[in-house]
Amino acid sequence: MSIRVTRATARRVLEQLRRDRRTLALIAVVPPALLTLLRYILDAERPAFQRIAVPLVGMFPLIIMFLITSIAMLRERTSGTLERLMSLPLSKLDLIAGYAFAFALVAAIQTAVTSAVAFGLLGVSVQGSPALVVALAVANALLGVALGLFLSAFATSEFQAVQFMPAVLLPQILLSGLFVPHDRMPHALRIAADVLPLPYAFDALARVASGIEGGRMQVDVAVVLGTIVAAVALGATTLRRRTP
Amino acid sequence: MTEPAIVVSALRVVRGGRVALHDVDCEVAAGAVTGLLGPSGCGKTTLMRSLVGVQRVDGGSIRILGLPGGSPELRRRVGYMTQAPSVYGDLTVRENLRYFARVVNRLDRVAEVTALVDLGEHAHSLVRDLSGGERSRASLAVALLGAPDLLVLDEPTVGLDPLLRRELWATFHRLADAGAALLVSTHVMDEAERCDRLLLMREGRILAEGTPAELRGRATASTLEEAFVALTEAQ
Repeated sequence: MSIRVTRATARRVLEQLRRDRRTLALIAVVPPALLTLLRYILDAERPAFQRIAVPLVGMFPLIIMFLITSIAMLRERTSGTLERLMSLPLSKLDLIAGYAFAFALVAAIQTAVTSAVAFGLLGVSVQGSPALVVALAVANALLGVALGLFLSAFATSEFQAVQFMPAVLLPQILLSGLFVPHDRMPHALRIAADVLPLPYAFDALARVASGIEGGRMQVDVAVVLGTIVAAVALGATTLRRRTP
Repeated sequence: MTEPAIVVSALRVVRGGRVALHDVDCEVAAGAVTGLLGPSGCGKTTLMRSLVGVQRVDGGSIRILGLPGGSPELRRRVGYMTQAPSVYGDLTVRENLRYFARVVNRLDRVAEVTALVDLGEHAHSLVRDLSGGERSRASLAVALLGAPDLLVLDEPTVGLDPLLRRELWATFHRLADAGAALLVSTHVMDEAERCDRLLLMREGRILAEGTPAELRGRATASTLEEAFVALTEAQ
């Protein structure tokens, strides 16, 4: 692995994103706008909004970075730039880490904007540390990058890639307790939530929001970090130097 | 003459259930421009991909610059230009070159290769706004960045105006004179005439090799085109 190549790649990814002003605007505006919408939809159910607002602030980067990474990697694969990079002195981890750094930075900015709106304007309260919310959101963004990288190998078109979001992420977010806390779900679904990674990410954020961080919080963070490592390792195996 | 830059023996590649390369044997000399000539679909690209280590191969051996094909060290010493321009459309020419230059650690070469492919005026244009020929020149510039000992160029001059094409061929010969080996695929006969040596390829096999004059002589043909036809029919 080379720091020079990783930095160069992160910089290149950010340069590409910088050219795409509309995407940047969507990244900054959509999460706070959705949160505001939800605040007024749940106007008569303020406790319900309080319960899910902080987890949502931290889950948006996961969803968005998952989508952006899947499409970006698919483009690298189909445009021939991946083939060119694989013929150059660049390790797979340089490429992955380059993407991860670039998108983590974008996610940090996104979360800062969303948090400012949520905590400043919408009256969302956090018992724990708001900085921890941002840190968890960035970890979630990395999880999104890692999962997007891995799953993009199974998509042969952008149409397929975008549908991995509702297929893979959405069920996990619903199981996390978006509508119904997951201890009120049927037993089988509680087991499903226990073996999937996103409910842990959601739970960590909910704990920071309510200030009950305790022992389970460490498990949550360990699962998120472990899944990032596993998905990066699996993703790296899908980046083949030699292709058929 | 020193050791050949490329020695391929009994190279076999199967793609999608079809044999793309049938036990290919060939050599490419250092300090010369070798043309890889053949119709589209004959296996030129598969052979080139095998040489630069991005093609899964099913048999045979490849030695490049004295090392086994696909060795990590070769990635610093071999420049490869894919057939479709593989540069980022949403970056400028200069941003593309600076990125790939950082990867190969040759930022000092950016200005030089930009001038070589005559893209100075377009350095600040987004690649997606360029014409097809300009885009492939940007892609060629990337391949030249590392000042490689071996250049593998897959149809580098498609869609270029004749003047620029002549200049690029002069550049190829200058690089060869300086000691580099170049393998350039083409299906344009007048380009084949400019090569020091030729490999004629058809249906996954090397049909003939030699200098353009030798090939014409062997087929008692006055042009390479006729030679190609005669050598194919003689099979």
